[in-house]
Amino acid sequence: MSASLFNWFKFASPASFFPLAGRLVPWFAAATLVLAAAGLWVGFAVAPTDAQQGEGYRIIFVHVPASWMSMFIYCVMAFWSALGLSFNTRLSGMMTSALAPTGALFAFLSLWTGSLWGKPMWGAWWVWDARLTSQLILFFLYLGFIALQAAIDDPRRADKAGAILALVGVVNVPIIYFSVQWWNTLHQGASVSMTKAPSMAHTMLLGMLLMALAFWAYTITMALIRVRCIILERELTSEWVKKNAME
Amino acid sequence: MSNFLTPFLQAVRRDLLLAARHKTEVITALFFFVIVVNLLPLGIGPDADLLRKIAPGALWIGALLATLLGLQRLFAPDHQDGTLEQMALSPQSFTLLIAGKIMAHWLVSGLPVVLIAPLLGVQFDLPARSLGILTLSLLLGTPILSLIGAVGAALTLGVRGSGVLLSLLILPLYIPALIFGAGAVEADLAGLGFEGHLSLLGALLLASIVFAPWVATVALRVALE
Repeated sequence: MSASLFNWFKFASPASFFPLAGRLVPWFAAATLVLAAAGLWVGFAVAPTDAQQGEGYRIIFVHVPASWMSMFIYCVMAFWSALGLSFNTRLSGMMTSALAPTGALFAFLSLWTGSLWGKPMWGAWWVWDARLTSQLILFFLYLGFIALQAAIDDPRRADKAGAILALVGVVNVPIIYFSVQWWNTLHQGASVSMTKAPSMAHTMLLGMLLMALAFWAYTITMALIRVRCIILERELTSEWVKKNAME
Repeated sequence: MSNFLTPFLQAVRRDLLLAARHKTEVITALFFFVIVVNLLPLGIGPDADLLRKIAPGALWIGALLATLLGLQRLFAPDHQDGTLEQMALSPQSFTLLIAGKIMAHWLVSGLPVVLIAPLLGVQFDLPARSLGILTLSLLLGTPILSLIGAVGAALTLGVRGSGVLLSLLILPLYIPALIFGAGAVEADLAGLGFEGHLSLLGALLLASIVFAPWVATVALRVALE
């Protein structure tokens, strides 16, 4: 076995990943705070007022990164699921369940902020736009995943069942997205379009990117904290927990 | 060829025989479908134009719910008495046995829905042409519901509150079938042509036939560990 391969699998063991995660958490937490502060400052103080939407547009600094993250986290969950099913690694399943609540949170945040933005801009809290609908379905997929894992008592079975569900979901997400898009265009021409955005000022883009990075760091921080809890819960009886982690 | 399909046909035959011995279950699911679809006009009002418009969606949602009803019993009785474990251990292909069970589920819960749909469509004052398209879309679509549903039934096998959990997992995955199925009739009424919708529904059906029994088998093996 080559040296690089050995290094990769070293941290696949919960016992060696636990202290590594503990060392990483403060760094990512600090990055979250710094990036979020910078992003909010650029978003609220530096970025100019939008010509058409006034000050109301500033919600995109939360809304767009939250939507990105909600979709991206589901893909990451599917990645860990595939890894867990093919290599039978315990940590993969733990990572998947550690990511799910954060993904659901971002999906909900994206729907909520979108609704807050929609009321003054479109005059409605909710429209049956393809994007809104598929985001709502993504939220349901997260809830289904969390509910399935919560209902199964045996953690190994919960991991595997969750992994299968996440993979089935990730195959279905594009099908659902395109079917919903077609469904909407078939009924009527979209009364509102989110795609014809005017060319964005550089500071707006910068604020959005900073917030996206902040959400990334937040996701990693939360996932690492949560995976440490899951590891402790599951390995409570093992020697290394008694020796090292409970100090 | 016949040798290869023997386990499949045996599983179909066995489950149909079991269903024939418990006729009430079959009739209950069908009656549920009829009553759900008939409740809608009572809630919405007897306006014929409106009813004609919502008929495809109403029948399709009725079909989704009726399928869910039978799915909880797809694997659970066999799991309880140990038959499922014996199937998994048998030298015959487990996937083919499961495919047979799914086929039997469709014959018992999907096909009656398809056959009675034109009658309910008449209640909603659908024209004859739309009735035909609706029935065709249900004929292509209800097997998809059984196939995807089997994956959910396998994942929730023997789990606390599996009935409610099954609906939460499966209903979002039914959305494409619902959109293309109900959309076929609406597209035809709008003069847009229904063939595209039915082609996509057929594509979904083929993909489900290839993947769903296999994924359900993997999920069942996890449940049986």
